Amino acid sequence: MPEMSALHPTTPQFKNNVTDALANANLQSALSGVQSGFVSKRAAARAAVPEFDALRDAARDLKDHVLANLGPYLERYEAQVQAAGGHVHWAETAEDARRIVTEICEKAGAKTVNKGKSMISEECGINDHLEAHGIRAQETDLGEYIIQLRGEGPSHIIAPAIHVTVPEVEAEFRREHTHLPADRALSEHPDLLAEARGVLREKYFAAEVGITGANMLIAETGQSVIVTNEGNGDLSQSLPRVHIVMASLEKIVPTLEDASTILRVLARSATGQEITVYTTFSSGPRRAEDPDGPEEYHVVLLDNGRTNMLGSEFEEMLRCIRCGACMNHCPVYQTIGGHAYGWVYPGPMGAVLTPSLIGIEQGRHLPNASTFCGRCEAVCPMRIPLPGMMRAYRAREFDRGLTPGAVRYGLGAWGRVAARPWLYSWVSRAANLWLKLVAWGKPRARWMPLGRGWTAHRDFPAPPLGGTFQAQWRGPR
Amino acid sequence: MTDDPAPRVALFVTCLVDMVRPSIGFATVKLLEDAGCTVHVPPQTCCGQPNWNGGDRAGAAALARTMIRAMENFDHVVAPSGSCAATVIKDYPAILAGTADEAAAIDLAARTHEIVSFLTDILAVEGVEAAFEARATYHDSCSGLRSLGIKDQPRRLLGSVEGLTLTEMADAEICCGFGGTFCVKYPEISNQMVSNKARAIGDSGADLLLAGDLGCLMNMAGKLSREGRPFAARHVVEVLAGDTDTPPIGDA
Repeated sequence: MPEMSALHPTTPQFKNNVTDALANANLQSALSGVQSGFVSKRAAARAAVPEFDALRDAARDLKDHVLANLGPYLERYEAQVQAAGGHVHWAETAEDARRIVTEICEKAGAKTVNKGKSMISEECGINDHLEAHGIRAQETDLGEYIIQLRGEGPSHIIAPAIHVTVPEVEAEFRREHTHLPADRALSEHPDLLAEARGVLREKYFAAEVGITGANMLIAETGQSVIVTNEGNGDLSQSLPRVHIVMASLEKIVPTLEDASTILRVLARSATGQEITVYTTFSSGPRRAEDPDGPEEYHVVLLDNGRTNMLGSEFEEMLRCIRCGACMNHCPVYQTIGGHAYGWVYPGPMGAVLTPSLIGIEQGRHLPNASTFCGRCEAVCPMRIPLPGMMRAYRAREFDRGLTPGAVRYGLGAWGRVAARPWLYSWVSRAANLWLKLVAWGKPRARWMPLGRGWTAHRDFPAPPLGGTFQAQWRGPR
Repeated sequence: MTDDPAPRVALFVTCLVDMVRPSIGFATVKLLEDAGCTVHVPPQTCCGQPNWNGGDRAGAAALARTMIRAMENFDHVVAPSGSCAATVIKDYPAILAGTADEAAAIDLAARTHEIVSFLTDILAVEGVEAAFEARATYHDSCSGLRSLGIKDQPRRLLGSVEGLTLTEMADAEICCGFGGTFCVKYPEISNQMVSNKARAIGDSGADLLLAGDLGCLMNMAGKLSREGRPFAARHVVEVLAGDTDTPPIGDA
């Protein structure tokens, strides 16, 4: 699979990515854990909360209200951050965000930046940009640490290294951690976790700047919120002298109470936990009476195309709280993994967000590569109509003439036939006969002209003799 | 009750059943007549789902209008497909929103049903008079399951079929990989999905695969036969109607 980065999507080569993903035995083995690891846990957590669907309604309504009043809430949030002594930086594009973050780091004299997990930093390609400016970006989330060692991007929005098998992690650690005894045991999860913890622990104190994402920004208090299970986010943000929060602007919620509404659906939908191990509220730089905390607190608010989605048929996508339930339950994601999607966001949410942010020309495959099975929408805690929005992208593609010629021609021809019952009657009889003939008298065809997409992988069950249903119904019986 | 005239039901046969497996249409008619309905088959074509899902909104609207005209003046419109029924029920009001035909689309949506849920939920049918010797496993097709809430209805009616035992496959609710044009646009992904499904069917211990949508059935039956798995596949209504004469899908 070609190397993907935020700046170089491989989404246009989606079909090649799929071929590679299906041939990758390690990936296929790793993906088998999605069903057991996420799906059953989410189902159990959901079943334990009888009012879960009412909570989903409340969370949806809350975010709709925010999106209808985004400007005022962002202004309130900015004022509260400033009142606490922090700084808010507005980044219209990913490039703006890269420049702002790099300037803050350079001003802080940073040689090393520690990072908590942040999909916005992935979207902006922060790590590569900092490295190009001589600043080491050190990932501290275990999954992010593993893929950083492997030189990859995340393949899942909450489990970035879900595509990596345990033996692959072991090999990576043995290659990287040469200061540790070569004969150490390293084949079990706890061994790997303990080793990563030990190695990363030393790195926390080296960084001048810490970068985290934000699961929410609270307008009422000016706080940013992260949910984590490893505690690395807390150490990344409270030990360095400077803390930078990178967040997209739709992460806003009005009040602390509203934040708790989102928290009630977030972890249950994501990992099946009632609540994550850590839920951390950051309220700005260290105050005089605080025992610790950063001296400087910066929030980089990224737009990068999101305000263009407001008022469009894709606005509801901005309700997304990045739980990952849609991809965990997606049979396509479970088949090909996250990297095949070719950009930062995979799965059903990525199939809508990617064309929204990098354009339908580059992202057109993703909303097409869905059976519309509807499982994503059925589990989405924010009730985002993901299949409906994928369909809307197909319509946009069709209207702009981007749909491949054969599909476009086929739909047009079918539309003209089926709009005329007399013509349909002829064509359906001919099709019935043709499907019988191509099977050469056998009950099923192993090959048929123009049908290779079907018969390459499965037989085509031929119709029985006797003609179409309507012909039989209207004919002599 | 006896004074009520029999409900006038239009069979919405669906183009796939029309062209590939008429026995499903005849089985649907039998079930409706057994339940006391008067069944009509107005000349009809395709609901337009391929166009709607392919992004061709104008084409879908034209076919929705054709269908609305064909199905005027019936108490109910019933299809042997959760997918095609869901297009009329869930999508037509959106396809024709803001047009002069919006009210007619909403009206048709309210009168349209999938056959098995129509029997159980509208006509309160609790069982069928049918016999079928088989160990069956039932695949929940996505649109019927998630758009129309069809899950227990077919299993309840199958429970009344003499000689039939029902055994659940693993992941019966997971998509078989058909997805309309998806299966030919992204054949490799579709193949992997239907391979997983074929394995689950094979491991179920059943010898008969049932489902409520012909597209999914052709996909699964085609994969089962390609893999040489000894399985018969049928639409659920064929079994409910006791149609043992028609050979299974792909064996005709």
